[in-house]
Amino acid sequence: MSLLSIRDLCIALPEGADRKYAAKDVSFDLAPGEILCIVGESGSGKSMSANAVMGLLPQGVKPVGGAITFDGQEVLGLSERQMQDLRGRRISMIFQEPLSALNPLMRVGAQIAEVFEAHGELAPQERRNRALKLLEEVGLPDPESAIRAYPFQLSGGQRQRVMIAMALALEPDILIADEPTTALDVTTQAQILKLIENLRQSRGMAVIFITHDFGVVADIADRVIVMQTGEIVESGTADEVLLRPQHPYTRALIDAIPRLNQHDDAEQPARTPVLSVVGLNKTFVVGSGKLFGKPRVVKAVQKVSFELCAGETIGIVGESGSGKSTVGRCLTRLINPDEGRVMLDGADIAHMSGAELREKRRSLQMIFQDPYSSLNPRARVSRILTEGLISYGTPRSEALEKARDLLGLVGLDPSAMNRFPHEFSGGQRQRIGIARALMLDPSIIIADEAVSALDVSIQAQVLDLLADLKTRLNLSMLFITHDLRVAARICDRIIVMQKGAIVEMGPTGKVLHDPDTDYTRSLLDAIPGQEYERALAEAG
Amino acid sequence: MTRFILGRLIKAGFILLAILIFNFLLIHAAPGDPAAVMAGEAGAADEKFLADLRERFGLDQPLYIQLWTYLQGAVQLDLGFSYRQQMPVAELIADRLPATLLLTGVAFLLSLSLGVLAGVAASARQGSWGDTIISTLALLFYATPLFWVALMAALVFSVWLGWLPGFGYSTVGAGYTGWAHALDVAKHLVLPATTLGLFFTAIYMRMTRASMLEVSRLDFVKTARAKGVKRRVILRRHILRNALLPVITLAGLQAGQIFGGAILTETVFAWPGIGRLMFEAINQRDYAVILGVFYISGAMVLLFNLITDVFYVIIDPRIRLTG
Repeated sequence: MSLLSIRDLCIALPEGADRKYAAKDVSFDLAPGEILCIVGESGSGKSMSANAVMGLLPQGVKPVGGAITFDGQEVLGLSERQMQDLRGRRISMIFQEPLSALNPLMRVGAQIAEVFEAHGELAPQERRNRALKLLEEVGLPDPESAIRAYPFQLSGGQRQRVMIAMALALEPDILIADEPTTALDVTTQAQILKLIENLRQSRGMAVIFITHDFGVVADIADRVIVMQTGEIVESGTADEVLLRPQHPYTRALIDAIPRLNQHDDAEQPARTPVLSVVGLNKTFVVGSGKLFGKPRVVKAVQKVSFELCAGETIGIVGESGSGKSTVGRCLTRLINPDEGRVMLDGADIAHMSGAELREKRRSLQMIFQDPYSSLNPRARVSRILTEGLISYGTPRSEALEKARDLLGLVGLDPSAMNRFPHEFSGGQRQRIGIARALMLDPSIIIADEAVSALDVSIQAQVLDLLADLKTRLNLSMLFITHDLRVAARICDRIIVMQKGAIVEMGPTGKVLHDPDTDYTRSLLDAIPGQEYERALAEAG
Repeated sequence: MTRFILGRLIKAGFILLAILIFNFLLIHAAPGDPAAVMAGEAGAADEKFLADLRERFGLDQPLYIQLWTYLQGAVQLDLGFSYRQQMPVAELIADRLPATLLLTGVAFLLSLSLGVLAGVAASARQGSWGDTIISTLALLFYATPLFWVALMAALVFSVWLGWLPGFGYSTVGAGYTGWAHALDVAKHLVLPATTLGLFFTAIYMRMTRASMLEVSRLDFVKTARAKGVKRRVILRRHILRNALLPVITLAGLQAGQIFGGAILTETVFAWPGIGRLMFEAINQRDYAVILGVFYISGAMVLLFNLITDVFYVIIDPRIRLTG
């Protein structure tokens, strides 16, 4: 008998949305102890379907048909009071953003104890002890101090562990995990996935795992559901769906996954360096985390040196906090490096200022991670694109004409000029971001996690676009990413960073398949879905 | 924390000094000769008398010497002498201070508690009738000029209905003592305190409502719901605490004005406070009193800013532990 059974679930979106239903005729079953993955791109309705089980749909979004039966009980008709009883006790949930999912003003211990309190379990002192045990169980180092910590004192991975501890507090039958590892880097992701798998085994807990990452799916799923624009297009066991996909959409998604061995080392571009970085250092001094404690010194970038050649793409990879983004920001002088030289066309831009810097900076342009926050929401695309050029003294009409040309180049219609950023999808916005960077005719593009926030299919398109533009405009590119698959796809050489320093640097094929350092190997081992990739390769 | 407070106090000292110098120079840049005003009021105004006056009050000294004398006195809380009232300024202010503090303090607490409560109530039922009524009332209080509210309140509750005394601090000549006196003052306080507090009540309400609605959309509120926490508890423990941060900033700003911001209300209700002292002093070009009031109110603003920051540090661990 299934633990959870969903039949013909329809969830209506508020009027004026781009479609009528967030989810339409969704049906699936979940058995005790089973891990069910719901896969799909953003907007496919995968989160909505799971949220409906918890009764946690956003305002204005309502289930309008179908049934959700949990443990013999119909969930959809329950009162808020009855739902409260279910939430946290029988079904619990963890979310994507560990950074914002915890109350910033409450200590971790109190937030875990709150689960017991909400359900009237245990005496206050007992709650603390149980919280401590839970923190230990989810593998937080030093639970004694973690229980007294505030969320901002923990890393993203640690916070996600706290979230899991909270979700497990009352030993629920079902854990709903909504993209729980998307915001984490690969090594942390691998640890969290392992933790969920262990808990499933030790507690016989069923898991609904929502993700857009097929690598993750391949590693943990028993069964898989693929959703597209609110409807289930394919479902079956993990092997069936992943290795023998029937629906064209599933096949397209699987084809779009960047492959680790999908790169060609064949043509080495002529090695004329356009940018040489010598001995770059940057140190941040931050508060100690303790009253009157010594300030903490973070060596964000330590003695980083490399050369970027004309027409080359270098990937800088590493975990969060490895200093890879700081390098990019130092090069464009968004932050000032403490030491070192950044030689561009024979001039050191690391120590320039004023008009000189302004002139040189043109040739170094950045593309940012978040296509939602990196474009001014109150400015039309025309202004976003031309602002830079006009400020360098180009006449407005000329700048507008160029902007129109570039929109075409990045695959957008010229009519986009008069629209605002919110009218575009994530992938389209990233194209606008690319066009914006190209407006100033740079010779070097620095892309900081430029495709990390995008769905795989969109990711593939944007990566293709970047590769195409690179050859057409003869650009050099510095590609900062935490995703080794993406790096494999687009980079000629890879730099691996750890704790601010370069640990390994070499051609992509060498670094990814025959790394010299243990650190690189551990990064590679943590990539989800590697067996799956081999299986796919064998299959054909 | 001690280091933080000490550092802020030293900074505040310098700012206060700058305020003193600036006010002093500003007053002296204003047209009008105090000696002439004094002489005019005394009824005799020949050149010799004016010169005598100037010499007696040091007005014939160069500006920088006058400033230096003033600063020396100010440091020792000697704020000069009011020729008009024939009293030291410090004494004059000390005399009026309790009445003003009582009025503005009560108005402050009233508006803060009422505003936050109304804001929470409105946000808890966003879009309902209750929300609409509260929001409309707030807008009304926000938009109505203070003096008009004061006049109308006096007219309705004092003149027409006769429920409350319309002016003054206590009933003249009644000779109440102890609790009877306290009750008498409290009755006199109702109208001016309410009038003064209405505007800020409206601001706090709007601020709290907006802030609550914003916080209630954040992820950790969803986490709390997913834990099965009751709505009331979520509202209080998760939403309100986070939503109060901007309200505290605003309360700090208002608290700074507690001292000098009641001129209109005090005038309409004949409340014997600093505001009226100030108003009279400006009319009479009583420079010493004006500067004295500026000095004290400047110090108050600085003090309440500091208190606000300390509150912030207590409430938000992120500031406490990283700042």
